Order: sequence, then structure tokens, then C-alpha cells
Amino acid sequence: MNDFLSMVDWSRAQFALTAMYHWLFVPLTIGLALIVAVMETIYYRTNQERWKGITKFWMTLFGINFAIGVATGIILEFEFGTNWSNYSWFVGDIFGAPLAIEGIFAFFMEATFVAVMFFGWNKVSKGFHLASTWLVALGVALSALWILVANAWMQNPVGMEFDPAQMRNVMDDFWAVAFNGVSMNKFFHAVTSGWCLAGTFVVGVSCWLLWRKSNVEAARSSLKVGAWVGLLGILFTMWTGDGSAVQVAKVQPMKLAAMEGLYDGKVGQELVGFGLVNTDKRPGDNLQAINYEISIPYGLSILANHDPHSFVPGINNLIYGYELNADGDTIKTTSYAERMAMGREARKALLDYDKASKAGDESAMADAHARIKDNFKYFGYGYLDKAEDAIPPVALTFYSFRVMVMIGGYLLLFFLLAIAATTWKNKWLEKSWLHWVGIISIPLVWICSQAGWIVAEVGRQPWVIQDLMPTNAAISDISSSSVQITFWMFAVLFTCLLAAEISIMLRYIGRSSKSNIEQAH
Amino acid sequence: MKKHIFKRAYEMYYDGFRSMTVGRKLWVLIIVKLAIIFLVLKLFFFPDILHTEYDSDESRANAVRKSLITQP
Repeated sequence: MNDFLSMVDWSRAQFALTAMYHWLFVPLTIGLALIVAVMETIYYRTNQERWKGITKFWMTLFGINFAIGVATGIILEFEFGTNWSNYSWFVGDIFGAPLAIEGIFAFFMEATFVAVMFFGWNKVSKGFHLASTWLVALGVALSALWILVANAWMQNPVGMEFDPAQMRNVMDDFWAVAFNGVSMNKFFHAVTSGWCLAGTFVVGVSCWLLWRKSNVEAARSSLKVGAWVGLLGILFTMWTGDGSAVQVAKVQPMKLAAMEGLYDGKVGQELVGFGLVNTDKRPGDNLQAINYEISIPYGLSILANHDPHSFVPGINNLIYGYELNADGDTIKTTSYAERMAMGREARKALLDYDKASKAGDESAMADAHARIKDNFKYFGYGYLDKAEDAIPPVALTFYSFRVMVMIGGYLLLFFLLAIAATTWKNKWLEKSWLHWVGIISIPLVWICSQAGWIVAEVGRQPWVIQDLMPTNAAISDISSSSVQITFWMFAVLFTCLLAAEISIMLRYIGRSSKSNIEQAH
Repeated sequence: MKKHIFKRAYEMYYDGFRSMTVGRKLWVLIIVKLAIIFLVLKLFFFPDILHTEYDSDESRANAVRKSLITQP
């Protein structure tokens, strides 16, 4: 049993490590592709050679990040097959189809046009080159689309039916899988956060050039483009973040409750602006959930439902199965004890199906199948020992959410400041405080981006597929020592890759700062 | 005379690789990384459990069913 728990923990740690490292590279690729395309468009329209030089400078940084980051995501697929074989089989073609589309279409599209983008200067027409650069930017975003569709399905499993004979979920509505509210919000939230991240990167590097008083004109021009793309990115990220909150409230209310450390919801629920999570708090007890709380009245009701007088359920409401209406009357909902009973019934029906299948008794198979279908909505609850097991780590989710939101708010001000500096407050561009604000913002935006994924992924625990499969049922029957070995191998490999990326980038930026960036070669 | 499209594409890649500066180091890194990922990690550490241990979809489905029925 201990080895089993250890296996689950190590597999989760390994997946988290590889996913987090992968996500260091991806958003920069997504955002920098767009920024390079915008810069090349300016070159195309103005025909100024200096913009060609600026485009090539940032394109090289894009290339370094693309080269180091490419294929780091494939390791996640290896882990599915080795550590998460039950999960991999259970999700069937629902996970496979979007990933296959990603591999065949989007990856080849970006891979083909990346070559033209880097090698095609003076070999193809300016228009064709520009089109290739935009197609790379589009291809990168489309790659993200299909990966995020697959991730969104795990948070909101729709468009499928479970087949106990195949032991797989079979997709019956591709459009429901691909284009539901969760997947679309997730896609635009992730992609536009990439614009924001790359915008910060461009502004930060430009600030470093300004601080060094090197390539001042190129840095000013780059800073302007980075700031506008970043501003657009953060505004869209906030907008889609708002949409994501509404979706979470609908399909993952426990995640929302954990994000807020909320145990007993009410009509007109406030949002915690500041507070410390009481880690001793358990469902049903009388302890205070948040210490030193400063709240925004009606904030959570507005965030979750766009209605200040709506009810938002807390952890106790969800577990014990009750809500309140606008008059304060109690409304019964499906408690976690009832869900666990349904999940166990579905598991028992699966056992009966297995026996009937071996005996060749088709009538009993049909009966068991019908019972599975009736209870499948809460299949995963059949693996929980107690209702409390369905609560995600509250403190980590709560603090990660606040880190994301606070840095996001800071980034909005940061981009407005950068735009002010490039438009009517030009003197600021000579001030070293502005340069250092830009430089320090580079690590902050990565922290913000990682925190967002922690909210999304830790907040949905214990589910690997929401309500259908908990993490401990998803893993393979392998020893934890083999996972530990590969965990450390990945830790070394990815750290080396990250160190290589930072080193090559810094050397390239340093070398370029001693030459004229605007001079295209 | 205008060159054939394949000849032009070949020359684009050939000249592109030859004139690389930062790219050469990157290619070494990419090749080493891909070799580690596919020739070491995939081959020796990350077998697809269900595909290596079972030879048909039916037996894989049975194995997953058994696992999901018997899990604590």
C-alpha cells in the first residue's frame, strides 16, 4: 500500500515536473511568434531595413527557445503510456484524436514554415516570407489548441460515451469535445497569456539594452511593440480568465471553493482579497477557514456567476449536498456520500459486466451496462474512501490563485507604464528605474504563468478526469523506484536544457548589444 | 533560366544551414536532446505498458477492467 501511494505521488511529481518545465518554453514560443510576425509586418509595410534587423534579432531569440523547447512535451506522452496506462486506455480516442491532429497538422505546419522563416530571407519574396512567419505564429497557436482541448476534456468530460466492452470512452460528438466553453476559454486564456509573457520578455530585454545604452533606437522600437502586444495579451487574459472562472463555477465548483478557501457559501458571496489559509480547517468543523481576511463584498458571486446576488457553494455545501436560494431556503443537491454510492454501484456493475462477459450471458451484460450508464456520471467517486478525499489541496490552490491574479494586475500596470514611456513620457526611457522594472518583470511573468497552471491542475485534484477517474485509479502497476529514477533523470535533463537556453540567449543578446541590431545581415 | 522549385528549396536549406551561427550550437543540442529522449528514455525507461504486455486490444481492455475493478 505504501509503495502504491508512493508510486502515485512520484508519478504525479514527475508529470508536474515535466509539464512545468515544458510550460517554461511554450508560452514564449507562442507569444514571440506573434511579436516577430508583427515586427516583420512593420518591415513589410515601411520597407525600412532597420525593422528587418530588429525582426531578425527577435526571430533568433524565438529560434533558440523553439529549438530548446521542441519535443519536451513528447515526454508527457511517454509518461501516459508508462505511468498512467489505465488513464491512457480509459480516455481512448478522445485524447488521441486532438493529439494526432496536433502532431499531423499543426506541428508540420509550423515546422515547414519555420524553415522558410529562418532560411528564406532573400530567397523567397518578401510577401511569401511574411506569410510564412504568420503561418508559424498560427501553427504554434493551433498546436496549443489541440493540446488544450485534450486538457479541457479532462476538466470537463463531454461528447463521449463509456463502452465497458472496450473499457474506453468513445467520442460521439467531436464538436462538443473540441469547442465547449471550458476548452475555448482555456485555449484563449493560455494563448493570450503567452502574448503577455512574450511581451514582458521583449520589454524586459529592451530595457536591458536601454540600461546598457546599446542599440537604443532598436530597443525603443522593440519595447513599443512588446508593450502593445503585452497589453493586448493581458487584457484578453483577464477577459478569458473571467470566462474561465464562470466555467469553473459550473463544472468544477470544488476547485472554485478551494481557490477561495470557502467552506460555507452564501448568497452574495464575498471574494477574499487577502488572507491566510487555516491549514487545520476540516469540513464540518467550526474553525475559521481564512485568518486576517480582507474581502471584497459580492466579489465571488460576481466572478462565478456575473450576478452579485447569486449563491456560490463552499466545500461543506458540496460535500453535504445543499445550497441556498435567494430567499435563504435550503435546496438539496447530490452529496458526496450519494456520489460515492453511485460510483461504487458503477464499479460493482462493471464487475458484473466482466463476469457476464466471461460467461457469455448477453442479457446480464446488457443489464450491467445499463447500471454502469445510470451511475457513470460519478464513476470516480467509487474509488474514494471518504468524501474529504475529493477536496483539492486548499492552501496551494488558494495562494497560487492570488499569485496569478496579483502579478496579472501588476502586468497590466507594467504595460501601461511601458506604453506611456514610448508615447508621451519619452524621458522615462532614459531612467534606470524603468529599466530595472522591465528586467525584474521577466521572472515575474513566468511565476504568474506557472501559478495559473497550478490553480488549474492542483485545483482539480483528486481527479485526473473530473468525477470519472481519480489519480490513484489512473496509474500503472509498476514500481515507484523506476519512476523515481526517471524523475531525477528528467530533473537533470530539463535543468541542463534550461541552463543551455538561458546561457545561449544571454550570450546572443550580449553579443548583439555590441553590434548594430538594426543592420540586417 | 528559372530553377526548379525543389532545387531552390534544397539550396535554401543548404545555404541556411551553412550560414548558421547560433544555429549550429542549437542543432548539436537538438540532436543530443532528441537522442536522449528517443534512444534512451523511450527505449529503456518508458515502455508503453499495455502495448508491451498485451498483444490485442481485447486483452488490454480486460487488463484495465481488472485493474479498475480490483483497485482499493
